[in-house]
Amino acid sequence: MAMAETKSTQGKQVGVYIVLLIMAALQFVIAYSGLGAMQMLFLMLALAIVEAGIAAMFFMHLGSERHGMLAFVGIITVFVLLAMQYGWTDSFRILNGAPWSQTSSK
Amino acid sequence: MTPPAFAVPAKKMAMWLFIMADTGTFAACLVAYGFLRNATPDWPRPFHSITNVALMTFILLTSSLTMLFSVDAAKDGDKSKALRWIFVTAGLGGVFALLHIREWLGLIGEGMKLFSNPWGTGLFGASFFSITGLHLLHVSGGVLALIVIGIRYNTGRYKADDLEITGLYWHFVDLVWMFVVPLVYLMNLGH
Repeated sequence: MAMAETKSTQGKQVGVYIVLLIMAALQFVIAYSGLGAMQMLFLMLALAIVEAGIAAMFFMHLGSERHGMLAFVGIITVFVLLAMQYGWTDSFRILNGAPWSQTSSK
Repeated sequence: MTPPAFAVPAKKMAMWLFIMADTGTFAACLVAYGFLRNATPDWPRPFHSITNVALMTFILLTSSLTMLFSVDAAKDGDKSKALRWIFVTAGLGGVFALLHIREWLGLIGEGMKLFSNPWGTGLFGASFFSITGLHLLHVSGGVLALIVIGIRYNTGRYKADDLEITGLYWHFVDLVWMFVVPLVYLMNLGH
């Protein structure tokens, strides 16, 4: 790698690092914003997902790999992560009681 | 010979496959944690200060940058610079681990145990220690790997590509922390 190219790459890396720091700081600001828990959770998670995407694309150089590699990693990971979300409704059932038990008590 | 998949060298592909599998492990832990958190009304909110976790986040993010500098220097053939940056990265990882342990000791001192705590459900300790412990294990393993690979790179056994592959792991550890902080710490701030 030529020295000039290294300097330009490092400039870009520092830029990405600053963006990630700002986004991480935003998560802390949201924590003290006084928003509702669900709103806070969604905002923080959205920031974390964008941060993770930026880190994967620029720090882990996934963006400069072949499109096939990007699709391979991206599709499988996203599918696995989404498949794990199937149980959330059940956690609400535990908290609020089963709907049929409420019906039977009427 | 069969060409490598997606023109990615075998070692690098192995690291990506490990990262994908480990993503599943951490995601499973965080989803299980979220499930418990959502279904438990008396979930404790024991964190009163963000100073420590903010400092830990800053240190881990900075260590990702120094890791990139190390790989860049190695690709330029500047061995001493690459070695210097890799040891800075390992040092930052070590500081992160120490801060983490200090925080654990503080919580244990306040009465938090694996299955009980003074604030609410006992599930909190088990989930907190397992998630942050799994992450701490990754950081500690990463620090050791960085030191070993740095030494072997210096002796000529490993090359710039090997540093880059170790870097993938290190960035992944950083990436996981971006999810641990909001879910485990910031959502449990006691206002």
